[in-house]
Amino acid sequence: MNGEQRAPQAQPDSGTQARVPHARTAGAPGLLEIRDLRVSYRDRGVPLPAVRGVDLTLAAGETLGLAGESGCGKSTLAGAMLRLLPGNAEVSGEILLNGSDVLKMSWGQLRAVRWNEASIVFQGAMHALNPVRSVGRQIAEAILLHAPKASAATARKQVGELLEQVGVPAWRAESYPHELSGGQKQRVMIAMALACSPQLIIADEPTTALDVMVQAQVLTLLKQLVQERGVGLILISHDLSVLASTCDRVAVMYAGRIVEQGPGHRLFADAAHPYAQALAAAFPVIGDMASRRAPRGLPGDPPDPRELGGGCAFAPRCPVAVAECVEYDIRLRTVDTERSAACVHVGVSA
Amino acid sequence: MTGPSSGAGAVTRRPSRLPSPLFVLRKLGSALLMLAFVVVVNFFLFRVLPGDPAKAFAPRGRNADPEALRELRERLGLNDHWTVAFGKYVESVLSGDLGVSFSQHAEVTDVIMERLWPTVLLSGTALVIAAVLGVWLGARAGWRQGSRFDKLSSNAAVTFYSMPEWLLGLVLLVFLNRYGIFPTRGMNDPRSTLPAWLDVLWHMVLPVTVLAVVYVAEYSLIMRSSILDERRADYLTTARAKGLRDDLVMRRHAMPNALLPSMTLFFLSMGFVVAGAITVETVFSWPGLGRLTYDALRGPDIPLLQGLFLVFSAGVIIMNLVADLLMPVLDPRVRAS
Repeated sequence: MNGEQRAPQAQPDSGTQARVPHARTAGAPGLLEIRDLRVSYRDRGVPLPAVRGVDLTLAAGETLGLAGESGCGKSTLAGAMLRLLPGNAEVSGEILLNGSDVLKMSWGQLRAVRWNEASIVFQGAMHALNPVRSVGRQIAEAILLHAPKASAATARKQVGELLEQVGVPAWRAESYPHELSGGQKQRVMIAMALACSPQLIIADEPTTALDVMVQAQVLTLLKQLVQERGVGLILISHDLSVLASTCDRVAVMYAGRIVEQGPGHRLFADAAHPYAQALAAAFPVIGDMASRRAPRGLPGDPPDPRELGGGCAFAPRCPVAVAECVEYDIRLRTVDTERSAACVHVGVSA
Repeated sequence: MTGPSSGAGAVTRRPSRLPSPLFVLRKLGSALLMLAFVVVVNFFLFRVLPGDPAKAFAPRGRNADPEALRELRERLGLNDHWTVAFGKYVESVLSGDLGVSFSQHAEVTDVIMERLWPTVLLSGTALVIAAVLGVWLGARAGWRQGSRFDKLSSNAAVTFYSMPEWLLGLVLLVFLNRYGIFPTRGMNDPRSTLPAWLDVLWHMVLPVTVLAVVYVAEYSLIMRSSILDERRADYLTTARAKGLRDDLVMRRHAMPNALLPSMTLFFLSMGFVVAGAITVETVFSWPGLGRLTYDALRGPDIPLLQGLFLVFSAGVIIMNLVADLLMPVLDPRVRAS
C-alpha cells in the first residue's frame, strides 16, 4: 500500500524533484542510527569478534558506502541490521531504525519491519534467488506478505512494473533464475528489494560478480532510485572506486571497526588513516601513469579476531605505526568538519 | 550457467512448464530400447540357471522314467536349439504371450496378473505412507539440527534402516501375535464378518507397518541430509529477510529444493513396487509377486521367471520414464538442460 502512495515520486524527474524527500524527514531523527554495535560469533565457546563497536547514522536520501577487505565485518554489519545472522552470533548495542531498536523487537515486529522498512540487495548474481521458483513469484511473495489485502492480480501487475523499472522486461517474471544473466538477476534482486517501498536499502556487494559494464548500469540504477524515491542506501563493497563514485559518505572498516569516515571523493584523494590510504592506493587511477605502474598493495593479512590485543588492530601492518599504537586503543578522532579517522597521527599533523 | 534463453528475446517468451514433445519422444524411445534389451537378456539369464525343470515338474519328480522326462523336455521346448527357442520366445513376447507356467499349468500372464494387485497394494501403500512420513520427519529433523527431535528421529532411522526387514517382521509377528489384534497370515479371511475391503485393510496392517518402517527410515535420512544441504543456502536468507515466518521459509523455499532427491528415490522405489518385498511377503504369507518369484526359482519355472522379470523390469523402466518426464516439471533447471 505504501508503494501506491509513493509511486508518483518514482517518475524519472529532474534534480529539483530529487531533493524533495529530504524534507520528509527533516527534523526527525536519522533513518538509521547504529550505536556501539558489537557482534561476535561463538565458536566452540570462544567468542570471535566480527564487529567491535560501530557507530553509524544515515538519513533518508543519503548514500553511505561501507568499504573494507573481506572479513572486516561489513557483511556481518549488514546482516545484523535485520537480525539475519546465524544463531551463534551475539549482538549488542543499538540499531535504531526510524527510532525503534531492531535488536529489541519481538519476532513478530521484526518480521513486519523486514523488507517493509528495510530491505537487502543480496549478491543476487549468485545464489540469493530460489532456483525452483519463478522470479515473479519470489517478488510477489514479498508484496503479498506485507500487504495481505493485495490480490494476486495487483501483485502480479506490481511485479511487472517493478521489473520494468529496473530495466528487465515484465514477461521475465515467469523466468527462473537460471534463465537470467548475472546482470538481470541482480536487477531482479533490486526490484525485489523495492517491492515494499522500504525507506532503507542495504546493498551487500551488489556488483561484485558482474562485469564492468553491467556494474556501471546497476550502480546508476541504484543512484537513480535514491534520488527518485529518497531512500537511504547503504552500499557495501570492497571496491573503493565504486563507493567513491556513488556515495555521499564512505566509511572504511578494518577488523570490525570503522577506521575512517568522510565524503567519498575526499577519501579517495587524501585519506587520513593509513589503512584507507593503502586501500585507495590499491586502485590505479585511470590516466595517471604513475599510479598504474606502481599500484601499491598492502603486505600482510587482516588480523585473526582471536589475536586482537589492546592496541590498534592495524598496527602490525601499519607503515607509520609508533609505540603508542600497540599500547592504546585508538578511537575515531575528528580530522576536519566532515571527516574522522581512528589514527594517532590524526590531529597531530593536521 | 546462464540459461540458453537469456536475452534471446521474444522467441523464448513464457517458457513452457511442460517438457517438449521431442524430449518426451526421446525418453519414450530409450525406454522402449531398454525394454527390448531386457527381453533379450531375460531369455539367456534363465537358461544358465542350474537345475532341470523337467525333473522338477515331472509327475513323479526325479524318479520319472527317462522316456517320460525326454517327452516332457520336448513338450516344454527344452530340447530346441537356443536359436530356435529364442525365435519362438521373441515371437510370443511380441504377441503378448508369455507362455505357460511349468509349475502352475496356467498362462504366465494370468498367474502374474492374479498376484500383481496384492503386491502393488502392499508395497505401494507402504511406500506412499513411508515417503510422506519420512519426508516430514527428515525435514523437521534437519531444519532443527541437533534438537531432541532430530536426535531421536535420526537415531531411530539409522536403527531401522540397518535392521533386516524380516527380523523386524518376525519381532512384530511374535510380539503382536500374542495379543492377536492383527492377522498375521494372508490377505483375507473367508470366515471374516467384515466387509471385504476392510478385511484386506485389516490384514495389511502388520506387513505394511514392517515395510513402511524400513522405507520411512530411508526417506527421513535422505530428506534430513538434503535439508541440511539447503539450510545455509543464500536464498533462504533472502526469504527470511523478506519477513517470512520460519516455517514458511522451510515449506515454501527449502522444501521444494530439498525434495528433489527424495522424489528421485520415490520414483525409483515405485519401480520396484511390483517386485514386491520377498521377505515380508514370505513372513506374512502375502499372496504377492515376491513370493511367486521365490516359488518359481525353485524349479526353475523358466516361463514364469521370464514373465516375472519382464514385469519387474518394465515396472522400473516405466517408473524411470515417469520420473524423467516429471522432473522437468518439478525442477526448472532440468528443463533447461
